[in-house]
Amino acid sequence: MRCSLSLLVAVAILAASVLGLAQSRPYNLGTPLSEEEIRNFDFMVGPEGKELPPGRGTAKEGAETFAKRCAVCHGRNGEGGAAQRLVLGGPGNPYRGPFKDTEKSATSYYPYPTIAWDYINRAMPANKPGSLTPDEVYALVAFLFYRNGIIQESDVLDAKSLPKIEMPNRNGFVPAVPVWPPDPKKPSWF
Amino acid sequence: MDSKRSGRRRFLKHAAGLAGLAAGAGRSANGQSAGSEAQSKDVHVHGEPSHFATTSLGRGVRLRLDHMTYYTPLQDSAGIITPASLHFMQTHSSHLPDIDPQQHRLTIHGMVDRPLSFTLEELKRLPCVSRIYFVECHGNGSSTLHSTNDPKMGLPVQYIHGMTSCSEWTGVPLSVLLNEAGVQKGASWLVSEGADEGKFSHTLPLAKAMDDVIVAYAQNGEPIRPEQGYPLRLLVPGFEGPSSVKWLRHIKVVDQPYMTWNESMNHSIPRPDLGGKSRWYHFEMAPKSVITRPSGGLKIPSRGFYEITGLAWSGGGVIHRVDVSTDGGRSWKEAKLQTPVLPKAHTRFTFAWVWDGEEAVLQSRCTDERGEVQPSLAELYKNWGITDVASQKTARAIHINAIQPWKVDRDGSVHDAMFS
Repeated sequence: MRCSLSLLVAVAILAASVLGLAQSRPYNLGTPLSEEEIRNFDFMVGPEGKELPPGRGTAKEGAETFAKRCAVCHGRNGEGGAAQRLVLGGPGNPYRGPFKDTEKSATSYYPYPTIAWDYINRAMPANKPGSLTPDEVYALVAFLFYRNGIIQESDVLDAKSLPKIEMPNRNGFVPAVPVWPPDPKKPSWF
Repeated sequence: MDSKRSGRRRFLKHAAGLAGLAAGAGRSANGQSAGSEAQSKDVHVHGEPSHFATTSLGRGVRLRLDHMTYYTPLQDSAGIITPASLHFMQTHSSHLPDIDPQQHRLTIHGMVDRPLSFTLEELKRLPCVSRIYFVECHGNGSSTLHSTNDPKMGLPVQYIHGMTSCSEWTGVPLSVLLNEAGVQKGASWLVSEGADEGKFSHTLPLAKAMDDVIVAYAQNGEPIRPEQGYPLRLLVPGFEGPSSVKWLRHIKVVDQPYMTWNESMNHSIPRPDLGGKSRWYHFEMAPKSVITRPSGGLKIPSRGFYEITGLAWSGGGVIHRVDVSTDGGRSWKEAKLQTPVLPKAHTRFTFAWVWDGEEAVLQSRCTDERGEVQPSLAELYKNWGITDVASQKTARAIHINAIQPWKVDRDGSVHDAMFS
């Protein structure tokens, strides 16, 4: 009895160690990252805005920054410049489609409010990406959303209010949320 | 120091070349490659092509404010491998990143048990694979590319379909790295970021990432070149080109598609058949083939035997057959497939033809392992609900895999007949 019990214990220990091995790093290469290190580069912002940093901005503040940093390519009010058009519709009058191919660059086309923040923050202005402060980015997004008729001029955007904005074209995509594979009966490209 | 200096010199040369090409209406007048100025008759730089071996149309580049594109000279291609120096490139940044591999890190974080940072050296210690795959920009063959320059002749194959290339890619399977980090329950997507100025980012389904995606550091037996993402890129077999993020530095495991700006804006397509709504992703590139010789812009020298040759590929797997028509689609005959015939790779086909000196329309049509057949332009537009002929030339800038007709005139000149 005692013998079989110790055998059972031995088997249990062996099983646990094999299981432990399976859960650990198979090659033990790469350096673990601390939470602080991750915070320093984790700037990709998803639809829920979980990664948004502290800061705030309004359309009025954004108008000043836009004139200084963006208008040279995108036009005074986000249209008519050499670079892509950012505005369709107007204050109080959001454009709801249908969107032609060349109209997709307008902020009112984007499905989520976080997309404009994420892209401006990481990739704009094209001559000096990453040089805008979080306050400036919130203000620029507020300015563009105001010009597109999505928010009021007095609305304050920050990490809490921005993700809650309902975009006018949110239901303009099929399917409602991307899936893989898209449809078992059709190839993904159909 | 030396290498830094020569790197800078190379960059300046690159920039000067671009400026010259931009001034020259987007096409190089002389067909020599950028390195050819280094070789006089007395000096041959090891690895440079013969100065007689110029491409017939030059190294194609087209510049726009938000795009820089090099096109593969398909009309001169042989076999299935595209040399790294001729691989197409499209970037949304104004210039190439200059990345020191000693300083470069790849991080894997987000919904993982062990967020990790890898050096290039560490990645090269891990088990690697080498596989031949095509990469195609989803804007390749776009309707707006047809007949944009010369209304009679149209553009040559290089500038219409030259945003597809095929190479042997070597690197670590992404699944190895994800297993090393330990993907958490509930994770379903990942989003990757490049180190270019535009921080190009793209979302990928986790199931695909665990299947056949490579974190590649070599192309055709040498380190990936700067245009292709040096020192590291994703290679997502069969999927639309932008999935294969270049200059790769961050991979974040998440529980929903991130829909970054490029994905939401550039890469979704409003479609009449969906009531004007947009499809988000198309993922795989559809089966497509094109005759590369004879093709638009070339001239058939005389009547008689001429082996027609071209390329076929499909994001859905292996090419099963290619048919060729020399009479504008009235009759089709099966072409020969050259080995190797590999999944998600270019496949070379050939077709024996005797030109009788009369007008002819040449076209190819491929079928992939799933039985999906390359459509005609009319079939393609019917599927998408685009019925208005006038809008067909401007509609739908991406995911065009229609059959490409080339018209041969009596004088032997060949031109684009997609819209005629």
